[in-house]
Amino acid sequence: MDNPEIGQPDETADVAVPVTLTVNGRRHDLMLDPRVTLLDALRNYLGFTGTKKGCDQGQCGACTVLVADRRIDSCLTLAVMNQDVPIVTIEGLGAPESLHPIQKAFIEHDGFQCGYCTSGQIMSAVALLEHEKPPASDTEIRERMSGNLCRCGAYPGIVEAIRCVRDAARNPVAGEAA
Amino acid sequence: MNPFRYVKATSPADALARMGRNPGARFVAGGTTLLDLMKLGVETPDVLIDINHLGLDGITEDRHGLHIGAHVSNTDLAEHDSVKKKWPVMSQAILAGASTQLRNMATVGGNLLQGNRCGYFRDVAMPCNRRDPGTGCGALGEQPGVEGINRYCAVLGTSPSCIAAHPSDMCVALVAVDAKVKISSPAFDRLERAEDFFRLPGDTPQIQTRLGPDELITGIELPELPAGARSMYLKVRDRTSYAYALTSAAVVLTLDAKGRIDHARVALGGVGSVPWRSHEAENALLSSPPTEEAFRAAAEAAFAGAVPYQYNGFKIALGQDTLVRVLNELVRPGAGERP
Ligand SMILES: Cc1cc2nc3c(=O)[nH]c(=O)nc-3n(C[C@H](O)[C@H](O)[C@H](O)COP(=O)(O)OP(=O)(O)OC[C@H]3O[C@@H](n4cnc5c(N)ncnc54)[C@H](O)[C@@H]3O)c2cc1C
Ligand code: SF4
Ligand code: FES
Ligand code: FES
Repeated sequence: MDNPEIGQPDETADVAVPVTLTVNGRRHDLMLDPRVTLLDALRNYLGFTGTKKGCDQGQCGACTVLVADRRIDSCLTLAVMNQDVPIVTIEGLGAPESLHPIQKAFIEHDGFQCGYCTSGQIMSAVALLEHEKPPASDTEIRERMSGNLCRCGAYPGIVEAIRCVRDAARNPVAGEAA
Repeated sequence: MNPFRYVKATSPADALARMGRNPGARFVAGGTTLLDLMKLGVETPDVLIDINHLGLDGITEDRHGLHIGAHVSNTDLAEHDSVKKKWPVMSQAILAGASTQLRNMATVGGNLLQGNRCGYFRDVAMPCNRRDPGTGCGALGEQPGVEGINRYCAVLGTSPSCIAAHPSDMCVALVAVDAKVKISSPAFDRLERAEDFFRLPGDTPQIQTRLGPDELITGIELPELPAGARSMYLKVRDRTSYAYALTSAAVVLTLDAKGRIDHARVALGGVGSVPWRSHEAENALLSSPPTEEAFRAAAEAAFAGAVPYQYNGFKIALGQDTLVRVLNELVRPGAGERP
């Protein structure tokens, strides 16, 4: 993601410090004001605008990314605090021609309407299904996805998408047929 | 956010040395409370000391109980096998708080120091004695033009200077299990009982705990619960998940051979200025048979000294019901018992 528009030095560059972020497998060396959150570094300095800013206060989950395989809200941590750890954003999951199974499932099951919360929902779902104990029931899916709000109320589709990917992973053949 | 210098501490001693006597310096752990308050302009540190690399991330168990490093994440503590088995109330309380994303970031030390979520405290345009001593309490609505939205505020332990409720779930369980907080200061290290760690607002609501400004929390200790102890946390909130407690209760108890309660520790959340230990409820429980009637009496005793404000009177009845429900659940045969 080399966007020449983005990544220009900040006007407060006199207080900037070197920050190295490893995003989607690639190393990026930046000079950042220490106040820059991980979310703003990803969006404004590296061009990973798939990650969204909803509340900027840890209350909505739109900014969810994976840091060392754990989902976190990137708005409540500083870029400078997240060096030497692998960071994965929605751009690191799949490409339009080769979508990640969870991205596909969100399309198939109407897991979004306006799409604003969707990257956060998908990153959270990836952590839930690939890096945590798989959820046993729909109630558990709802509880463990409760850190991602959806203003459009696409929740039924989101739960369905997650359930289907979970079931397909448990039983690949039946999953493909479904 | 105001500009600050960022430094990374490498050990507890290094963190203390960097803190020194600078009143403008702050430690940052998960950042989920501090960065939020910095964006709001409530916190304006000139130095931010990153304490995420002090080597305080272990959990070890010995015959005294569990020793937990201050930097252990809320997720790792809640999911720890021994915690789930032997201190289920701890695991339940932590998992009832915030969201998975936030629990992955939040640390034990930060959770103990999350302060409060009072809307007036968070809004620098509003009066708040806790944020700016002497400006008045916005939540009391005593000043013209300030309505005093106090639905989330406390009914126990408040003072005329501050009525905020302590928001933590984990800390309520810490009080119920009689946990100790490990503190390191430039002079010496000490242990503080979780119950004594939090300070009632009184005339100095800006001082919320017994931790000095130049001190570091290095961990917590969970003592073994008595043999046969049953424990449980229940939280009531405006929506089923991802909301602060309106009321909550953490209870640890044991039953004797005749099914009578012979040990009880009761802590309440959402209703007190601090995570609230109820000696009144405990005493009531120890002197009666485990019946619904006795549980009601214990719950009434717990709230006998409660002072409601304009919008939060409902917390008294709701808090009582919350405690009664936990007690009923815990005395069911086999309930919440540790193996
Ligand atoms: C949207 C939202 C919802 C939430 N919901 C809940 C909820 O339902 N229940 C609940 O209990 N909590 C809830 N929380 C609060 C959350 O639990 C706390 O923010 C978190 O536990 C703080 O931990 P931290 O490591 O991120 O702390 P930080 O933000 O890093 O630090 C908090 C404070 O503690 C100090 N500090 C941190 N560690 C130490 C140490 N070792 N020694 C000395 N000082 C230290 C810092 O200087 C700072 O002042 C919520 C938070 C948010 C943002
Ligand atoms: S209740 Fe406490 S925190 Fe809230 S406005 Fe009053 S003094 Fe401030
Ligand atoms: S933008 Fe980070 S949680 Fe809303
Ligand atoms: S799809 Fe619009 S907010 Fe979720």
